[in-house]
Amino acid sequence: MSRRRHADENDGGQPHKRRRTSEPVEIEDRLESLICRVGEKSTSSLESNLEGLAGVLEADLPNYKNKILRILCSVARVLPEKLTIYTTLVGLLNARNYNFGGEFVEAMIRQLKETLKSNFFSEAVYLVRFLCDLVNCHVIAAPSVVALFENFVCVTQEDDVPQVRCDWYVYAVLSSLPWVGKELYEKKDVEMDRLLSQIDGYLKRRQKTHVAMLQIWSAEKPHPQEEYLDCLWAQIQKLKKDRWQERHILRPYVAFDSVLCEALQHNLPPFTPPPHSDSAVYPMPHVIFRMFDYTDAPEGPVMPGSHSVERFVIEENLHCIIRTHWKERKTCAAQLLSYPGKSKIPLNYHIVEVIFGELFQLPCPPHVEVMYTTLLIELCKLQPGSLPQVLAQATEMMYMRLDTMNITCVDRLVNWFSHHLSNFQFRWSWDDWADCLTADPEKPKAKFVREVLEKCMRLSYHQRIVDIVPPSFAPLIPANPLFIYKYEDENSSTLPGYNAAITVGNAIKNRASNEEILTLLKDVPNPNHEDDDDEGESFNPLKIDVFLQTLLSLAAKSFSHSFSALAKFHEVLKTLTESDEGKLHILRVVCDVWKNHPQMISVLVDKMIRTQIVDCVAVANWIFSQDMTHEFTRFYVWEILHSTIRKMNKHVQKIQKELEDSKEKLEKQHQKKDSGDEEDMEEDSQLEEQIERLQEKVESAQSEQKNLFLVIFQRFIMMLTEHLARCETGGTDLNTPWYKNCIERLQQIFLMHHATIQQYMGTLENLLFTAELDHHILAVYQQFCSLQA
Amino acid sequence: MSSHLNALNSDSYIEISQYRDQHFKGNRYEQEKLLKQSSTLYVGNLSFYTTEEQVYELFSKSGDVKRIIIGLDKIKKTACGFCFVEYYTRGDAENAMRFINGTRLDDRIIRTDWDAGFREGRQYGRGKSGGQVRDEYRQDYDPARGGYGKLTQLQRNPEGRNKF
Repeated sequence: MSRRRHADENDGGQPHKRRRTSEPVEIEDRLESLICRVGEKSTSSLESNLEGLAGVLEADLPNYKNKILRILCSVARVLPEKLTIYTTLVGLLNARNYNFGGEFVEAMIRQLKETLKSNFFSEAVYLVRFLCDLVNCHVIAAPSVVALFENFVCVTQEDDVPQVRCDWYVYAVLSSLPWVGKELYEKKDVEMDRLLSQIDGYLKRRQKTHVAMLQIWSAEKPHPQEEYLDCLWAQIQKLKKDRWQERHILRPYVAFDSVLCEALQHNLPPFTPPPHSDSAVYPMPHVIFRMFDYTDAPEGPVMPGSHSVERFVIEENLHCIIRTHWKERKTCAAQLLSYPGKSKIPLNYHIVEVIFGELFQLPCPPHVEVMYTTLLIELCKLQPGSLPQVLAQATEMMYMRLDTMNITCVDRLVNWFSHHLSNFQFRWSWDDWADCLTADPEKPKAKFVREVLEKCMRLSYHQRIVDIVPPSFAPLIPANPLFIYKYEDENSSTLPGYNAAITVGNAIKNRASNEEILTLLKDVPNPNHEDDDDEGESFNPLKIDVFLQTLLSLAAKSFSHSFSALAKFHEVLKTLTESDEGKLHILRVVCDVWKNHPQMISVLVDKMIRTQIVDCVAVANWIFSQDMTHEFTRFYVWEILHSTIRKMNKHVQKIQKELEDSKEKLEKQHQKKDSGDEEDMEEDSQLEEQIERLQEKVESAQSEQKNLFLVIFQRFIMMLTEHLARCETGGTDLNTPWYKNCIERLQQIFLMHHATIQQYMGTLENLLFTAELDHHILAVYQQFCSLQA
Repeated sequence: MSSHLNALNSDSYIEISQYRDQHFKGNRYEQEKLLKQSSTLYVGNLSFYTTEEQVYELFSKSGDVKRIIIGLDKIKKTACGFCFVEYYTRGDAENAMRFINGTRLDDRIIRTDWDAGFREGRQYGRGKSGGQVRDEYRQDYDPARGGYGKLTQLQRNPEGRNKF
């Protein structure tokens, strides 16, 4: 057995390519494989493959009907990009076996009910679309689909339900029309017109407070960031005007028309949308991301307009491909690039737009951010002659529009761009961006370049960054990440604590214990007290300075050295930071000594929270403190804050899980009810005690969590109110770069932690976001509320 | 309601490789069990000059990193081109296998693989000369990994043999 790791020649995983050639053992696996793979690259035509598969499945129906039903229902739900291939297959089966067709439709309706009850709303949309396309395959009668739509649209008349509920039902209807609009209008135009008119009425009266919070760019030009239902409505209106002529969707059933039109159709059973319940979590609204139009692709096919139904279908299909294949980047890239009908569209532009649309999606991207970076790299590998250029063009465009880009999206852009560059030797035409040098350094373009260079440095080293940019960019190059030691040399000998620092330093080098260090520190005077007749236990900033500056300076070599140091002297640190002021001061010192190395500050703060030297609230207070005013617009500060909030959230979740597990255990024990056995009762009461303890722990953790958010929001409100008041009395424009940063960072807190914050909305509204607040600030809160309203 | 279709649940980037640690204390089955639950990754093909900070920055993109252990030459105690990255959760490690494996760090394509878990002693290279085994036998010139492989160095510099 070779000891060596696998060879460098092949590029990462995907050994499944080898596995495909081996035959699955069971017939059921074979059926699964045949069905899942139909439509992929083949030497035969799609039609002949479908014909062949229909024959195979028909023959297997007597023995494997349920399995086949299950597989087909699954692919309808999880392979929406191959929708029309599978509807054609079902159509062929229905033509050969009417009963099977009926059973399939019933199974689909059951599945639809289940997905809606389980909050799987995206999948439910795919199921609705599938059922609609079955009209085109003569499996389902058009009037029964119209009846389904009528029931859906009725939801808009319900009282006291969240708008997002009605939104979903309207979306399900509108988003199916590209596939089936023509057939439905041919059979039931009066009813369809009435439906559309009801939808129009609904769209006109629904609230759109959420849009401002979800737009990637706040400017209308060059491409308005439209609310998703508005955009879809415009697209459907245009489709209707074009008499439902839709030419982009691949429709294999057309080739089988003569066979399919002989088939008997089924009616959908009447379907009532499940009523609203408190456990329902409807999809949040979103904004359609557009960055390209027909002027951007220089040669070749023209990009369909923003209100064309083709644009909708292409984007839907590309999103579906990513949703299906995101875990396997090579397959995902290959599938994207082999999109059917690609010769008629500027596919690379669509792909890049869809990928950035997901990356920048607010509140969160559908998948982990790093996936998009790696996917784009794979795409560049597969299309080296064309895709990199589109990507460069996109980057250039986004740079040009930084002034109005939402700050959360700018964060993501910085992370993407720096990581991308690190895979391509940091090659970029920086000179093209020379305009960022002359502007105010607080302006978005200069900030962007500075933050990109800092991230690039983290992935390489300081000299590398100096080498890759033109000399004119020197002011934007990050600082060399060197430690700043207050007691560095003899010049600092007049500083208070200098001698103590030397002593402590020597003690540490001589492996002193925690007690020994604490003893040494007893002699350090407290600048805050007139006399030192306290025990020396209360907050003494000088002690912290002397000890921490010296310790961190000795451990400055690497992260591991610093972590070791914190661990070794944990006791001393805990003692020094018992008070809240102590915690604040330790953070201040860390920031002072490592001002040039924000990455080190982040990891040290993380470590100190995890080892309980500081708590989350202390970090929040520190970020909003006077000392951090000049760092307030730096990205690393917000990375720290969000990381802190996430740790708090994970902590609460962990204890909640422990509580649930214990409760389950108790349940199980009660179910084995056979004893008055003393041992069992002993166990029971132990478990009950544990549950009580955990319950207290959960409550205490949640209280801490709520407090954290209160502190953060309070600080934001104070800062923003001050700024707004100052601008009003001074008569200056409130829209400074600082203000834009601050208000968008407030939005970011809501967006990134919306699920957790929802729990505390009552408190927030009563204590903080009251009607007395300046409307600029209150608007952010109202936008947040509208996300699930 | 996951898709119950095996054909569609392909997640090949997170599968365990053929490599098994010969020094592992336990049998093959035990090792494989650990590999399948592990949140620790082995990272190979690093430059000798790649720092812990760089590794942190890159691997933090798939989740919070618990610990990094830089691999060392057993004799010189300097970095010898590999490291271990421990995450707090398996899911974050899986994302690293999917999206960081096979991409570049310090201009080199790095390789990640599941590891059964760090144990004291595993941070050292196991090659005769103190570095990694692969650096004993390779014949190419790699300036970021000490130049030629050790055997090739000896062949190119016969006088060097006498030093041993």
